Amino acid sequence: MIAEIGLGLLWLAAGLAVLQSLLGAASLRLPNRSDLGDAVRPVAVAQAALVVLAFLALIYLFLISDMSVKLVATNSHSEKPWLYKFAGTWGNHEGSMLLWVTVLAVSGAGVALLERRVRRDTLTATIMAQGIIALGFYAFLLFSSNPFERLNPAPADGQGLNPLLQDPGLAFHPPTLYFGYVGMSIAFSFAVGALVTRDVGPAFARAMRPWVLAAWIFLTIGITAGSYWAYYELGWGGWWFWDPVENASLMPWLASTALLHSVTVLATRDSLRAWTVMLAVVAFSMSMVGTFLVRSGILTSVHAFAVDPERGEFLLALLFIYIGGALALFGLRIGTVREGALFEAVSREAALVLNNLFLTVILGVVLIGTLYPIVAQGMGQQVSIGPPYFNPAAGSVALMLVVLMAAGPLMRWRSDRAGVVIRRVALPLVLGGLVLVAVKLAAPQVGTLPWLGLSVAALAAAGSIAPLWKRNLRRTPLFTWGMVISHLGVAVALAGMAADSAFMQERLVAVNEGETTQVGPFSVKLVGIQPIIGPNWTALEATMEARREGGAPFVLKPQARSYSSPPTETNESAISTRVDGQLYVVLGKMGGDGRWQLRLWWKPWVTLIWLGGILIAFGGALALVGRVWRERKLVHPEEGR
Amino acid sequence: MKAKNQRLILALLGLVAVIGAGLLAASGLKQEAAFFYAPGDVKDNGLPLDKAVRLGGMVADKSIRHDADGVTIHFVVEDGRAQVPVIFKGIAPDLFKEKSGVVAEGRFQPDGSFVATNLLAKHDERYMPPELEGKMHKTDTLKQ
Repeated sequence: MIAEIGLGLLWLAAGLAVLQSLLGAASLRLPNRSDLGDAVRPVAVAQAALVVLAFLALIYLFLISDMSVKLVATNSHSEKPWLYKFAGTWGNHEGSMLLWVTVLAVSGAGVALLERRVRRDTLTATIMAQGIIALGFYAFLLFSSNPFERLNPAPADGQGLNPLLQDPGLAFHPPTLYFGYVGMSIAFSFAVGALVTRDVGPAFARAMRPWVLAAWIFLTIGITAGSYWAYYELGWGGWWFWDPVENASLMPWLASTALLHSVTVLATRDSLRAWTVMLAVVAFSMSMVGTFLVRSGILTSVHAFAVDPERGEFLLALLFIYIGGALALFGLRIGTVREGALFEAVSREAALVLNNLFLTVILGVVLIGTLYPIVAQGMGQQVSIGPPYFNPAAGSVALMLVVLMAAGPLMRWRSDRAGVVIRRVALPLVLGGLVLVAVKLAAPQVGTLPWLGLSVAALAAAGSIAPLWKRNLRRTPLFTWGMVISHLGVAVALAGMAADSAFMQERLVAVNEGETTQVGPFSVKLVGIQPIIGPNWTALEATMEARREGGAPFVLKPQARSYSSPPTETNESAISTRVDGQLYVVLGKMGGDGRWQLRLWWKPWVTLIWLGGILIAFGGALALVGRVWRERKLVHPEEGR
Repeated sequence: MKAKNQRLILALLGLVAVIGAGLLAASGLKQEAAFFYAPGDVKDNGLPLDKAVRLGGMVADKSIRHDADGVTIHFVVEDGRAQVPVIFKGIAPDLFKEKSGVVAEGRFQPDGSFVATNLLAKHDERYMPPELEGKMHKTDTLKQ
């Protein structure tokens, strides 16, 4: 019964999305009928409420393990811990698409409820655009990915969830990522709305900025969390694999980071009008491309749940309709967008333009590298593109971008003098140069990219806090603090990445119980191996005692797990976090002679990568609070004091 | 600066960035794309020695052999047309076994053997690398 109610709710929500699109269009056609425009907002909210209820219905079905529902039967198991029943709701194709649509609708409702600054007709057009996007994805859900489909007869029990996904990370990584990924639809709809009503200007940019910022914060947290999850769950010792699915989340992040910077130029200085609108379209287009890559089954990955060509074609069609439609609208209307304010070649604006260019180049490199294998496959050739391509190509441009990041905030708007700017960045430059020389002298074996990375990280760390120099820190606006902390986060993350690849030590050995091996500054002893039993798995657990020269010993317990449903084996790595890095241990197999394979890494400063990611997101959150606070003061000056 | 000029300059810069990205990507792809080979392809087209590739096929029966160090393994990948001896140092994936599919990432050696830096086997019973599926299917039909 619950499944039928859920399906009914989904159909109703789709119906409301139709109404939302039609009402919006009608109100734009008939500007004197203000009641039409007024009605769009409650419809958007109601649509979101219905799809949230449908999503709750699906969660309920998973929690009670209703095996008569096909999705539950093929992806869940009654003996699974409740957390994975709950999170398993989106650990499959249909459920994750329902989450996608839910986030889309909730974002639209958020705009309908909270947005008060933008022109009314632009708001209506924005909500209309959001409704039209939702419509396509409702059709996708209802016609080719129905999550509520029944199975008759119901099986005795389900087939279980991929054990790699059976991790607390599943509970928050996909929803967070989706709020970023799909939340970016707001930027797309805003751009479409402003093009429709010819409202591209600073007021529109100021209204759009908090929404972009909010989605970007979620995206940043989602990517950071996903990276750490892959790091400890896969047991390969790496934190980024250039897996197409990782790229699918990185591409919207690159585009929205560029957007975040160009929207600031538009809001503050009324320049870069067309470009900002274009980026808003591109950012969500990248989310849709990512969805296509992940959900069409064209890729092999933990994230690709099912292969079904019909779904791929459906998604591809949606992709062409929405991206093509938005670009066509852009082409038609961009001629009417007035030229923005001018600026000099040395100015904050110019630095931000350069930032956008670098980000675009990285985006292009990642996009081409991600799509190339698919295109090559279409031409009958099987190719894989991995780190040897991405690291140098994207990394070299990223380094230039980070250098620019250190200098940009120290430039004045509109026009500045090159000599003065160089004097302002002199100290960071000297610091970067010192690190460059020091690393070369102390560790000449370090590769070029990590070597430059360490130096640029030092330069950028100093440069990013320089805007606070000689400022009254109490009177510094919150969004300036936000920028400083985010930029510092980039430097910190870069330092972690560079330090890890420069100084990481790896050891692969086979040892007997009681034997000791050495990795980096640690000696690690395999004390013993015991079988243990978990809720839906059994495992062999190694007890290992590690000790740094002269330090106190600590225990690591990596496991090799066997799951029963579906029958799968996974490696649970053991990670010990020290102040200056992590000791990472994976238990392999027992050889014929009774020795155990061990893989050990000492990864100096690797934790900085995720700390940097958190700082970036935290800076974004500060900026968001700061912006919203200031807007409130401007709208309601009496509340200001 | 005139308004029209600035817009033109910005548009040109955008174009340069996109072309630059394309060129950067093209040169990277040329050097670093790892092509997929089945043992039979090597027999037909010769050894690709200059770059990293992926070798896919079935692990031949009774071919897995362990070295004394406990972490190096030798095995043979076959596809019904040819066989390639492979050396791998590391922890083999759990579903790596004889008479089962495998994709090895690494390089061919001049003597015709293959040094793998990474092995991909089936994740679970339901999963098969798509490129392998295609190749296997091709060999099956060839055999018939």
